[in-house]
Amino acid sequence: MNGRRLGLALLGLVALLTGPARAEPVVADLSSHLIAITTGFTGASVVLFGATDGAADVVAIIRGPERDVTIWRKGKIAGVWANTESVTFANIPSFYAVAASRPLNDILSPAAATLYKIGTDHLKFEPKTPTDPDRARVFADALIEVRKRANVFSPSHEKIAFLGDRLFRTTFFFPANVPTGTYLVEVFLVRDKDVVGGQTTPLIVSKVGIDAAVFDFARQNAVAYGAIAVMMAVMAGWIASLPFRNT
Amino acid sequence: MDIYLPVAEVSLDIFVLLGIGAGVGFLSGVFGVGGGFLLTPLLILIGVPPAVAVASSANQLVGASVSGVLAHYRRGRVDFKMGFTLLMGGLAGSVLGVWLFTLFARLGQLELVISLCFVVLLGVLGAMMGVESVRTILRQRRPGAARHRLHRHTWMHGLPLKTRFRRSQLYISALLPVGLGFAVGVLSAIMGIGGGFLMVPAMIYTLGMPTAMVPGTSLLQIIFVAANVTMLQAYTSHTVDAVLALLLLVGGVIGAQFGTRFGTRLRGEQLRFLLAILVLVVAAKLARDLTLRPADLFMIPTDNRG
Repeated sequence: MNGRRLGLALLGLVALLTGPARAEPVVADLSSHLIAITTGFTGASVVLFGATDGAADVVAIIRGPERDVTIWRKGKIAGVWANTESVTFANIPSFYAVAASRPLNDILSPAAATLYKIGTDHLKFEPKTPTDPDRARVFADALIEVRKRANVFSPSHEKIAFLGDRLFRTTFFFPANVPTGTYLVEVFLVRDKDVVGGQTTPLIVSKVGIDAAVFDFARQNAVAYGAIAVMMAVMAGWIASLPFRNT
Repeated sequence: MDIYLPVAEVSLDIFVLLGIGAGVGFLSGVFGVGGGFLLTPLLILIGVPPAVAVASSANQLVGASVSGVLAHYRRGRVDFKMGFTLLMGGLAGSVLGVWLFTLFARLGQLELVISLCFVVLLGVLGAMMGVESVRTILRQRRPGAARHRLHRHTWMHGLPLKTRFRRSQLYISALLPVGLGFAVGVLSAIMGIGGGFLMVPAMIYTLGMPTAMVPGTSLLQIIFVAANVTMLQAYTSHTVDAVLALLLLVGGVIGAQFGTRFGTRLRGEQLRFLLAILVLVVAAKLARDLTLRPADLFMIPTDNRG
């Protein structure tokens, strides 16, 4: 179904582009604006597709909701490994992935990458309490590494493929542990090592159906949820013992 | 077949969860321990966030313990008076324990405190039980040498509030089971477990209860301690995954029934010897993890909701 929808959308884009002169240097859309987490959810992929106003490079980033993050470093105390030091960074995206039509260093100047926060190296890591910059950098690099291993920071740059000069597409993958919330998908048009145009599209990651109901109930009616969970367990224990009653 | 767990926010194989439930339930039925000290580490191992693993295990223990108590009750192996006396101390102790739990979590040392508690307690108890049960087994092998002192008088028998526990054939101070319940309550709230593996040896060696009465009475107490932990976790940290608990229960309650039948066929000292080995294996594994250099020196507690 996604494939067909994508096909239709691409057709529409082609129709648009071959029409009268347009002002937008880049247009892009997603195969779906909602990632629905259901009982069988094991991850999802979303296709990003679009067109440019001529030969150029394209970079896309996906950024999950931002939160403060505390990262701990372990050290050895009396022969035992324990958390010894921590740094808290403000507003770190909970998910971050980059895709580009060519290696980032080849198409983008460091200044532009920093300005638009393109690539994990150019994310802003601001400690919430004054911290020695070298130390902050060590902890920031470790944070990126931990998140990469959890597949919520993209480990490598996904490739954006061009179909002809102007149409492009790429696929983003979201693992089963994808954080929920509102994501921003930013598409940048790059020429002469600088960003010359861009577009932003939202993407919602949300639990739906029975899972959403259970999750919301657990948060909003915590006492009732706890009581039901206990009752359910008692019932299950009682029912299970019935077949063994006469032995 | 994978299933998405709504509170844990991970997808896991449904048959792995059912299998873990059944295995731990079986052990719970045999030894009269809730099995939380095995269930929680196993869940963390397969990818459940630690905080969710602790809270959901407590939820699962409620059901497994109900199933176990009913099985023991039909064989007349539950001392209700003793169980509720222990529980009075246990509930009070868990209030202090929860306060300490939040304190350690704020200091970022919760993980370490939990591991250290496990290593020390499991190591000491396992060694004590192992030595004692082996001695008993050896003594029985030599006929004629089986006689030993039935009852040793210590300072504990001088305490006030003497109460008769008819089913356990004991006449001891009520302060002993209340104090024992309190100590176990504190530790179980910090470690997120029912505390059966602490309770069982203490009931045998400190209170002097007959081994046959111990599993049923311990499970009776665990029902309420685990229910209390479940409610507290659901209210304060929202980490009880009822779907996960239900899956573990389906395997667990059936496993507990078979475990109980298996356990009644074993003799007391054999039962204690097996439990001692199990406890020591877990302690050795945890101690090794604490002293080995971790694969990753950095960690983000909120990413595991820990």
